[in-house]
Amino acid sequence: MIRLLIRDLALAVRAGGGFGLGLAFFLIVIVLVPFGVGPETVLLARIAPGILWIGALLACLLSLDRIFQLDFEDGSLDLLATAPIPMEGVVAVKALAHWLTTGLPLVMAAPFLGVMLNLPGPGYAWLVLSLVLGTPALSMIGAFGAALTVGLKRGGLLLSLLVLPLYVPTLIYGTEVARRGAEGLAVATPLALLAGITLAAVALLPFAAAAALRVNLR
Amino acid sequence: MSIWEYANPLKFMGWTAPLVPVLWVLSGIALTVGLIWGFFLTPDDYRMGATVKIIYIHVPSAMMAINAWVMMLVTSLIWLIRRHHVSALAAKAAAPVGMIMTVVALISGAIWGQPMWGTWWAWDPRLTSFLILFLFYLGYMAMWAAIDDPDTAADLTSVLCLVGSVFAVLSRYAVNFWNQGLHQGASLSLDSEENVHDVFWLPLLVVLAGFVLLFLALVLVRTRTEIRARRLHAIALRERMG
Repeated sequence: MIRLLIRDLALAVRAGGGFGLGLAFFLIVIVLVPFGVGPETVLLARIAPGILWIGALLACLLSLDRIFQLDFEDGSLDLLATAPIPMEGVVAVKALAHWLTTGLPLVMAAPFLGVMLNLPGPGYAWLVLSLVLGTPALSMIGAFGAALTVGLKRGGLLLSLLVLPLYVPTLIYGTEVARRGAEGLAVATPLALLAGITLAAVALLPFAAAAALRVNLR
Repeated sequence: MSIWEYANPLKFMGWTAPLVPVLWVLSGIALTVGLIWGFFLTPDDYRMGATVKIIYIHVPSAMMAINAWVMMLVTSLIWLIRRHHVSALAAKAAAPVGMIMTVVALISGAIWGQPMWGTWWAWDPRLTSFLILFLFYLGYMAMWAAIDDPDTAADLTSVLCLVGSVFAVLSRYAVNFWNQGLHQGASLSLDSEENVHDVFWLPLLVVLAGFVLLFLALVLVRTRTEIRARRLHAIALRERMG
């Protein structure tokens, strides 16, 4: 399984495209927001946590279809299915690889983009913490969506339609942590709920995603 | 003899054939009586005036929107566990009906909210979670439409329905957390203290029964159509072979 993780990471870095693309997309979304709502710093500071979360979410969405699609096309997914590791493990490792190549860079870039949006001082730590806790759930839910749509020719659009409603709870708790942190309020409750969603997603969704993959490989 | 025998497509077509017209007639009667009773024979509310009568459309459609999803959840589970094709087709048949009920609830709620709250739409937890439910219906139906092989489609949509149900409930409570609402509490809970007054309640029950019957009739008709379409498909395939 560690081999698989290393292979996926190597592919993501060397094959080009996917790795830097999510980050660039995140940057562009954040840059576009002030063009849309105007450059007033007070307004930007108020919406910064939400915008950063939505930007990260969309950037994450962008690279989801790559989780299984390439392996499905060249047949290596069939080999993985017959390999002596459980399908659930394959799904979990692939979601982890997606998080390492997409979620983690987004988390690291978020504070710098926060500066551009005039995020209030106490908000940075909480923003990073909420993204660290929340983006694994985004990757895992996304892996489930990607497993559902892997056999389809034009799965990309359907994938967004399926996955975005599933992102709602994570987004709500994530932005709530970041917003309360930025305003200096207590963050314990949404933080615990966010962590709960991530843990539950990581624990349970590999089974659903593996079931979907088995159906698609039938 | 077990109840699963009725899930055999042939038997299902047999016992539903006489049932459908009965359901149509009963739902027609219940809806006519309930709506006329509710619209013309109940007093206006002292605060809301005549707009209170939207309740006879709004509450039943909202309940059916949720119940349709629950029905899809149950039929999806039956499909995954017992592999009855009729069950999967019933889930497929219920989705558009449930989606329309969601839209009706949202629109009737907007028409009600305009005079009462002074706005067509508010990001209230109940309203928001219904909008999310609507998106779930869209995704579910799009999934059915996107996959060619019927068994694969049934499997994948069932898994989606299970996971979606969990996330729909999660979203319901998450939006509660996110914003406190304008929407009033339950009008029809079992705790009678909370209920609306009997004058409104009895016609509401009749309309509710009418909506349930209407939903059953629509789902049965749609399921029968799906079964026939499946047979046609099989016949067409056989002809091409022979």
